[in-house]
Amino acid sequence: MQRNRKYRYMAAFVLLGAGVLVLLALNICIGSVKITLPDMLRTLGNQERNGTAARILWDIRLPRAAAVLILGGALALAGYLLQTFFHNPIAGPFVLGISSGAKMVVALVMVFLAGKAVRVTSASMILAAFVGAMLSMGFVLLLSRRVSRMSMLVVSGVMIGYICSAVTELVVTFAEDEQIVNLHNWSQGSFSGMTWENVEVMAVVVAAAFAVVFLLSKPLGAYQLGEAYAQNLGVNIRLLRIGLVVLSSILSACIVAFAGPVSFVGIATPHLVKKLLGTTEPIWMIPACFLGGSAFCLFCDLLARCLLAPTELSISTVTAIFGAPVVLWVMAERKKERVA
Amino acid sequence: MRYYFKTKQLSVGYQAKPLIRDIEIGLEKGEILTLIGPNGAGKSTILKSIAGQLQLMGGNVYLEQKDMTQMSGKEISQRMAVVFTEKLRTELMTCEDVVATGRYPYTGRFGILSKEDYAIVGEAMELVHVSGIKNRDFTKISDGQRQRVMLARAICQEPEMILLDEPTSFLDVKYKLEFLSVLQELRRKKGLTVIMSLHELELAERISDRILCVKGEYVERFGKPEDIFKPGYIRSLFDIGAGSFDEENDSMELEAPAGRADIFVIAGGGTGRKVYRRLQRQGRAFLTGILFENDLDYPAARALAAGVIKAEGFEPIRETLLMEAREKMDSCQKVICCKRTFGSLEKANEELLAYARETGKNVEII
Repeated sequence: MQRNRKYRYMAAFVLLGAGVLVLLALNICIGSVKITLPDMLRTLGNQERNGTAARILWDIRLPRAAAVLILGGALALAGYLLQTFFHNPIAGPFVLGISSGAKMVVALVMVFLAGKAVRVTSASMILAAFVGAMLSMGFVLLLSRRVSRMSMLVVSGVMIGYICSAVTELVVTFAEDEQIVNLHNWSQGSFSGMTWENVEVMAVVVAAAFAVVFLLSKPLGAYQLGEAYAQNLGVNIRLLRIGLVVLSSILSACIVAFAGPVSFVGIATPHLVKKLLGTTEPIWMIPACFLGGSAFCLFCDLLARCLLAPTELSISTVTAIFGAPVVLWVMAERKKERVA
Repeated sequence: MRYYFKTKQLSVGYQAKPLIRDIEIGLEKGEILTLIGPNGAGKSTILKSIAGQLQLMGGNVYLEQKDMTQMSGKEISQRMAVVFTEKLRTELMTCEDVVATGRYPYTGRFGILSKEDYAIVGEAMELVHVSGIKNRDFTKISDGQRQRVMLARAICQEPEMILLDEPTSFLDVKYKLEFLSVLQELRRKKGLTVIMSLHELELAERISDRILCVKGEYVERFGKPEDIFKPGYIRSLFDIGAGSFDEENDSMELEAPAGRADIFVIAGGGTGRKVYRRLQRQGRAFLTGILFENDLDYPAARALAAGVIKAEGFEPIRETLLMEAREKMDSCQKVICCKRTFGSLEKANEELLAYARETGKNVEII
């Protein structure tokens, strides 16, 4: 049994890893300017930076693909942490209104700073998003003390999301500055316009958060059994809960700061990955979720760019098409189990 | 006296509201303490407070003279295991996985189990006879199996003490006995100290070294089972209105039928109990006799009959008693005799049967 499982985990990781690599290559090659695979490998191998194709590859496609890889993984991980925290299979940064809270504060900060003609750095964006994420999280936590039913918690989150989105729309509509023309695009969710500077910052933040989450995999596993039993196993519940809130907010903030709110990846990916692995053990789930989120987002971003090219779809449109059915499937499955 | 486990003026409750005050428990290592008392009396609250899941409202809990609030989570987890009524949340976990979670306090940073850990897991599962279902999904086994897996999990934690909240509630009689036998075995082999709550009073009396009776704001009694199970006490502890509990025989009877008794049952030696209970089910009041006070039928007769003609044990039945029985029989239409042969000391009952025939009663012999 133990050995069979090891093989299954290995197979799952090989599959996910291969999926990410293939999708990464596709994302770099496909677009308005086609780049063949040998061309891509040559350009990357020789560090060629001249010529249109090379410039497109180095300045546009590669940073974008890297960002999708990092943020997609972060998003899935944030969803996994929130689902664990609330013992709620349909929790995620988007449905709980955390993404929208982050979006709101980022929009406010951008409009405010744009008025003062200050350049907005990646780090300050993340900070703003983190503040917004914590704000929403705070509300959700307060509500979760009053409503214990998981469906009600999600409804509350969606409501918070609506309020925050409304405020954001208001800000965006009244802002006239040219610098925030992009704001509308961003507030719908999009991976376009990533720079290497963005990628560096997000890589550092996400890598740090990932490392901490991975180190927490043992207490997380105990926490999944329920608070009473985790406590008896010697887990410091309070500390772990705070850690979960902060980490999931940092991860969610990172995504919103760079790509705006992206729906359903956070909810759907952990379920798909769980089915693939056949376990919920955090030590396997954490890295697998990250890879799964990366693959899911790379796939969706590819479609977002290509389906109606040259017009680009908002990323949430695509993720919703593939993610929402997964959520419905999860809920149907749960219901069935409870009846049986 | 220095107890292994001790509570001093312990007050427990929820949200700063003490529910039960001044709980004083003292246990030697390897003793079994059972909490009994009516539903909602606070047995679970006491267990949860001892386990450190609820903040103490006052007082202290000591394990080997050490205040438990001063112990680290890890230390407590290696000394005390729990099996609560809350369901363990699991997803895609086999029974073996669930048992293996008990090794948590002993594994490293990433919680990976060694060969020795798996050996202990296997041993624990063997002990409670769940090895056969180790690869089954934990959510897809019966309640009884689940309870045993939970015990294996607690055993796996290699604790010195184990707290169990109504561990036998979902078990059938076979597994109830087996479950408690495992606890006794652990106590004998490893000196395990047990604190648990039980609803089965007869089991509580048999397995416990100490019993704590919880009712209302204070602990009603704490002591040895022989001091607790005194006649009439259980009735008052549980405020039993309908039916009865016999502390000396651990037997429960439903409420005695009301109304005028017009059936007389001649019984003795355990032949009458089934008849009494059948009459109770039919709601028909009855008289019975002549029974010796130490007769097997006597406890049920006392609980169910409208009147019992009783004789002193190990003594010949006096003539006056027979007279009284005849008199009582006169008021009845029907006589049920549960006996076909009569011993030399119960010739009185034989005479009673003859009297019933003489007086033309409707006699039924079973």
